Amino acid sequence: MKSAVILFPGINRENDAIAALEQATGTKPTVVWHGETELPKTDIIMVPGGFSYGDYLRCGAMAAKSPIMRAVAERAKAGVTILGVCNGFQILTEAGLLPGALMRNASLKFICKNTHLKIENTNTRFTNQYKTGEVVDYPVAHHDGNFFADSETLDRLEGEGRVVLRYCDANGVVDPATNLNGSQRNIAGIINEAGNVLGMMPHPENAIDPLHGGTDGRNLFKSLVEAAS
Amino acid sequence: MSANDFNTPITPELVKEHGLNEEEYKLVLEIMGREPNINELGIFSVMWSEHCSYKSSKKWLKTLPTKADWVIQGPGENAGVIDIGDGQAAVFKMESHNHPSFIEPYQGAATGVGGIMRDVFTMGARPVANLNALRFGEPDHPKTRHLLSGVVEGIGGYGNCMGVPTIGGETNFHASYNGNILVNAMTVGLADADNIFYSAAAGIGNPVVYVGSKTGRDGIHGATMASAEFDDDSDEKRPTVQVGDPFTEKLLLEACLELMATDMIVAIQDMGAAGLTSSSFEMASKGGVGVELWLDKVPMREEGMTPYELMLSESQERMLMVLKPGCEDAAKAIFDKWELDFAVIGILTDTKRMVLKWHGEVAGDLPIDPLAEASPEYDRPWEPTPKQDRIDPASISGKVSHVDALKTLMASSDLASRRWIWEQYDHLVMGNTIVRPGGDAGVVRVSGTNKGIAATTDCTPRYVMADPVEGGKQAVAEAYRNLVATGAKPLAITDNMNFGNPERPRIMGQFVGACQGIAEACIALDFPVVSGNVSLYNETNGVGIMPTPAIGGVGVISDLGHHATIAIKRDDSALIMIGAATGELGQSLYLKTIEGREEGAPPPVDLNAEKRAGTLVRELIELGLVRTCHDIADGGLLVAVAEMSLAGNIGADLHLPESGSEVAWLFGEDQGRYVIATRDPDKVLNAAGSANVAAVIIGQAGGDAVTIDGGAKVSLAELRQLNEGWMPSYMAEAAQ
Repeated sequence: MKSAVILFPGINRENDAIAALEQATGTKPTVVWHGETELPKTDIIMVPGGFSYGDYLRCGAMAAKSPIMRAVAERAKAGVTILGVCNGFQILTEAGLLPGALMRNASLKFICKNTHLKIENTNTRFTNQYKTGEVVDYPVAHHDGNFFADSETLDRLEGEGRVVLRYCDANGVVDPATNLNGSQRNIAGIINEAGNVLGMMPHPENAIDPLHGGTDGRNLFKSLVEAAS
Repeated sequence: MSANDFNTPITPELVKEHGLNEEEYKLVLEIMGREPNINELGIFSVMWSEHCSYKSSKKWLKTLPTKADWVIQGPGENAGVIDIGDGQAAVFKMESHNHPSFIEPYQGAATGVGGIMRDVFTMGARPVANLNALRFGEPDHPKTRHLLSGVVEGIGGYGNCMGVPTIGGETNFHASYNGNILVNAMTVGLADADNIFYSAAAGIGNPVVYVGSKTGRDGIHGATMASAEFDDDSDEKRPTVQVGDPFTEKLLLEACLELMATDMIVAIQDMGAAGLTSSSFEMASKGGVGVELWLDKVPMREEGMTPYELMLSESQERMLMVLKPGCEDAAKAIFDKWELDFAVIGILTDTKRMVLKWHGEVAGDLPIDPLAEASPEYDRPWEPTPKQDRIDPASISGKVSHVDALKTLMASSDLASRRWIWEQYDHLVMGNTIVRPGGDAGVVRVSGTNKGIAATTDCTPRYVMADPVEGGKQAVAEAYRNLVATGAKPLAITDNMNFGNPERPRIMGQFVGACQGIAEACIALDFPVVSGNVSLYNETNGVGIMPTPAIGGVGVISDLGHHATIAIKRDDSALIMIGAATGELGQSLYLKTIEGREEGAPPPVDLNAEKRAGTLVRELIELGLVRTCHDIADGGLLVAVAEMSLAGNIGADLHLPESGSEVAWLFGEDQGRYVIATRDPDKVLNAAGSANVAAVIIGQAGGDAVTIDGGAKVSLAELRQLNEGWMPSYMAEAAQ
């Protein structure tokens, strides 16, 4: 099982991503520098979190124009599994691989805390190890995680089962009180039409070790391996 | 001033504007053997500023203990270095950015964080944890919300972008900081013990290389500003505050670490306070060499910059290096990859002089050692702080019930939860955070091992104010205790000495007393000082801050399988107090908050008892007998237990003493104490007996309330609301 992690200047959660992928696949992922134009042949590509280009201009906007992103888009079209977390999600939306946009948190503040998430669709490459409706606990750490799309797009995402994760409470209740950043319909993660690209704001890679305080994130990476094997 | 105007007449007014007094200027003339030109005067000004020269504090800093078997590098370098075993070293330091943060809180705090991280990675270490120690004015002061909000955003803005977790800190509010907030930032990094980088320049003819951001006009005379009192016009000094660019610093970090993995660097120094002046002089002075700098080669952000501005700019995210000869191209390739400036701006010489060239013309020529090493050293007159009497518990009115007192304290600005602050900091990035903020010390795993680094920042300024010696001791002892409470072996500290105007004997006496207390504690606890920073003149319109020697402590947990947190984990545990209760109410939060009295002798620190208790507690955690531990600090025993209950969401019932003052028992701030939870109380009590440490069962975990002796109680839900509610609602009022 081969994986790759894309590295843009300013990305800072690449080692967290590498640790999670290595734990799940048994092999260290290849790190690919943004200036490259070609990707090695891999089953999984992860775009990790951080502050690519310092979040200047708009989160993810400059990274989306990097040379390597053309190759990532080709792989997306070819059906390779692509996971974008946090800044990675922002980059994938800016690159047009996922719909919508991530705006500033409703609180206008950076938020780092654990949050409950409801797994809405387990019939994906990213969530096949979870039970439908399962409530998991991952941390978030972002300033711009407020998911926005027009209502037509949102209806379509919902109708096609493409809303994969939603902010909720410990009992799975999804309501405004459990919406930590103002996202439309509490959306924390979505997939593309073909189901091979997932973008999400929370950090499953920071919930893979009992010393992290929880291991709920492991099944997400296990799902990737399961789907690819 | 135009670029070639080196002949500006040096008038007494100009000398005064540069912060040099008559005596100092006489020394300048003596050293130069002639009148200095404007560039040279500017250099003397910053090099001899309090901030860079430590002229008032040096005499006393020299008395601090700095040695232990595990100390690789003590004070005097960019940061201290300690051996943490397995061929690894922890590199750390705390530094203040007080004056800039008061003038421009976001940028002041952000560049403080950026500066301290640079100090650490200059030594070859990757930063793995940030902490801070913050002091603001009283909550009702009109500027406090704005400053708190800006400082927290600035710290988060820089640290979050760098991808270094902010794992701990402390925040106080007090009227004495109304006009002078304190922003002290600490960074801990990890390096290979055999690959530490130092700043002493060597190798005549070796190239002097500038890397990082371009130089602009920001921060000129920042170090001089930081060495003067504030007045009402201080806002006009805003242009002397630097502007941070964490993205560039992240690139600089990665580029420097990539270069450090090769064998091309002879010496490296970050450009912090006093920028190119201070970095070049320090490198040359430590190496005993001369330097010729070609200032026209310095990468510049703006047109028309002068040698004077280039030497004094405090633009951020810059480094100065001496490379091995012939390495320039290979080194440049690394900086090109990271899209950073790289310029050879000079050469090492054997003249022991700093020669500044500007398009071939000499713009300055100064001897290095007299400036860097022989800067003035003052033995300022000082007087001790008069001792205050111990508070007799009988003087307490006792009109408030214990439970009401607890509720008031937990919702007070001193003890309310700081979650509103630390949730704005990424405390999880790097995936190694094991103990998060909100406990006694933050803990990060050493990547790829089962070892942990614990770190904390501590000081109780009201104790230092009342008795500088005991207060200095207490700050060190509390740092020690907070590390022990996680199961760490405390190894070394960094000190950030924040005081008022040292030219006032009482203030100088606070500094001298705090140094004495710190030194005594460091020796007794085998806990040396390896780095530090002094910030004086924290005064506005003649009103000084409370003396605040903030201590940053670092320790190691050898096996993370055995560490402790403050959260009560099981409801069938006994609660045991380790350490002796003596009922010290002087300077306690109870006295201040409930009785409205800020007075009395602070709790004394028995350093021998401290060491015995600390060693016992650490061993109990290492043995796996204890997984829940909290030190007893601000607010006393009842507050400590309430915090443990809230963290674990399990209540507690606390016994009252059979005799003596209940208030002193519940709210006294006697030092050297911990509360632990255990299901094997006999084993713990026996171990304490053998270690000659006082230990007594003080209650039982369980239920959903904090109860006093089976009677009066407060539910955890209510207590949580009070404790968590204060800061968010306080800050929400700002928006209205």
